[in-house]
Amino acid sequence: MTTTAPTSPPTGTPVSDADPFGPEILEDPLPFHAALREAGPVVHLSRYGVYAMGRYEQVHAALRDWQGFQSGAGVGLSNFRTEQPWRPPSLLLEADPPHHDAPRRVLSTILVPRALRGLRERWTAAAVDLVDGLLARRGDVVEFDAVPALAEAFPLRVFPDAVGIPAGGRENLLPYGEFLFNAFGPHNELVAAGAPRLPELAAWVNAQCAREALAPDGFGARIWAAADRGDITPEQAPLIVRSLLSAGVDTTVHALAAALHAFATHPEQWRRLRARPELARVAFDEAVRWASPVQTFFRTATTDVRVADTVIPDGEKILMFLAAANRDPRRWTDPDRFDLSRDPSGHLGFGFGIHQCVGQHVARLEAECLLTALAARVETIEVAGPTRRHHNNTLRAWGSLPMRVRLG
Amino acid sequence: MGQTVRLRVTAKERVAQDVVALTLEHPDGARLPDWTPGAHVDLVLLDGLTRQYSLCGDRFDPFTYRVGVLREPGGRGGSAHVHDALRVGDEVGVGGPRNNFPLVPSRRYLFLAGGIGITPLLPMVHQAQLLGADWTLVYGGRTRASMAFLDELAGYGDRVHVVPQDERGLLDLPRWLGAPVPGTRVYCCGPGPLLDAVGVACATWPPHSLRTERFVAREQAAPARSTPFEVRLARSGATVTVAPDRTVLEAVRGAGVEVLSSCRQGTCGTCGTDVLEGLPDHRDSILDDAEREANDCMFVCVSRARSDRLVLDL
Repeated sequence: MTTTAPTSPPTGTPVSDADPFGPEILEDPLPFHAALREAGPVVHLSRYGVYAMGRYEQVHAALRDWQGFQSGAGVGLSNFRTEQPWRPPSLLLEADPPHHDAPRRVLSTILVPRALRGLRERWTAAAVDLVDGLLARRGDVVEFDAVPALAEAFPLRVFPDAVGIPAGGRENLLPYGEFLFNAFGPHNELVAAGAPRLPELAAWVNAQCAREALAPDGFGARIWAAADRGDITPEQAPLIVRSLLSAGVDTTVHALAAALHAFATHPEQWRRLRARPELARVAFDEAVRWASPVQTFFRTATTDVRVADTVIPDGEKILMFLAAANRDPRRWTDPDRFDLSRDPSGHLGFGFGIHQCVGQHVARLEAECLLTALAARVETIEVAGPTRRHHNNTLRAWGSLPMRVRLG
Repeated sequence: MGQTVRLRVTAKERVAQDVVALTLEHPDGARLPDWTPGAHVDLVLLDGLTRQYSLCGDRFDPFTYRVGVLREPGGRGGSAHVHDALRVGDEVGVGGPRNNFPLVPSRRYLFLAGGIGITPLLPMVHQAQLLGADWTLVYGGRTRASMAFLDELAGYGDRVHVVPQDERGLLDLPRWLGAPVPGTRVYCCGPGPLLDAVGVACATWPPHSLRTERFVAREQAAPARSTPFEVRLARSGATVTVAPDRTVLEAVRGAGVEVLSSCRQGTCGTCGTDVLEGLPDHRDSILDDAEREANDCMFVCVSRARSDRLVLDL
């Protein structure tokens, strides 16, 4: 990052002309994140005319301050005050109180840990089944690409069933999420590459949100039941189902891939998990802190907001680097280390405040089931070949993770 | 008192005969937990005496809470303590907020308040106005002088109907309710007889039209204990003693057992833990009354024990 003299209104605010959505930084964002944190609490990104925060203290405070930093003008680069959103805005992610209240309340009630208890047994069995199938092939040493074989396979096996969508067409879920998370960034080649299939994908996703499409006992049906009780309106129900299908698949896939990559590169931590499988939940949160599968979200200033020495003018976009905050040495000891003995509580990988990931307990349960099933059978896990990143404007993702495991 | 925060009384105002409004702020000026209209907090007033009061301030102000407290001569001293002893500058323990009376989206609302039952409805009418909904508030009370917040309601013009009993008699519910209008939500808070009467009068309305909160500032019979209790961790086999000034979360972590937590104020749900034996003292903002009574789950960052011992699935 080069820090030059300010060229725009915020005198004294550090300026960077780096492109956080360009291929170089998407390939390895860590040096940029470090430079961003060092430059100051608030930095102006001249390429996009937006502000950025990378330190834990400011990102954490801004995420809590929904009054000053709104989501209703979009949580991507696009400003809904002046630009038309590419789809009807999310009632959760892209809404502010009071409109946000009822959808959030309904969905969080459906996804609280106690409401997920019935899934634990089924998901544990599904994880054991998936792992057994993968490892049954040959001998004591097995090689596979962990992205399709585990990180994608497990969520796709359990989550769509939990929502209650039909079996046909589920291959559309990942590309839809992929486009959605790209669309929070600028209209770069990543967005352009996904655009041709968008009408078809969006039409499929929207069709799954109808009451008739959903199985009677899933999350989707419970959303419609809330509409029947009047807790939300019938017009809101399909959009809330859409939120599950939008934000519930790719995120978990990339978080699981991050956890698997973390263990493959930290063999001592895998031994620790093997010795104490109850660490699976902490391990997953530590992986989410360490890798931050969701790297960034934007907010929009609702008024002239002062952050440290900078006044961010009303209506300006602020890019919050959850990933940079999650490795801020001002907050974390030895932040670059993936370490199961750390208490990762308070990380911003799921966001924070009223918009904190409503599905975080679902993701944790999926991860706990999968990691526990793997730990029961796999003694060592290592990278077996060249890994490949997958670029997305919002997500930190793996395209390929060749792995070699030795059964224990 | 667990993770109950200590808030400072920064204003105390008489807002009607026998009603004071308290403004509460964090002594450090920190943000307070977010809330939605219909929410209440627990105020810890005297030794362990906890009472619940609806938040009636501005949810867009993250730094202050406001509650309205009616002096209840028949009560056990909580409201008398607020009226007679509590002063500006004093600190009180505050738990929550929790919301069992949320405002659901609708194009049309009829709000029915009886006496101090106006408090949860005050932020609701503000919100209904903000959303451009069609709404009416009918506010009954003994006398005009006994009815709080009339000045704040005056700005809403003829959407608000003030019905003091000594001037206009008891609320004529059939008149105010009229014929059922599909899509209208009726919100009622006030004394038991009013709620009962509204329940009867709405019997012919479509299901889920009526939402009520029984405003009997509940006195929790067995509030948080001030003595240590024991927590046995079933999976790890450890037993820890939780001192009054520590949270269960801290005690469990002290025993080397990892529990994830996030908000540390009982709102996010991350530290939810299954309870195998014993009775938790629920202090979170997540479980509703039925879920609390099940006693099978607790949020260890704030919740404590009523029984001498808890057994947790940790």
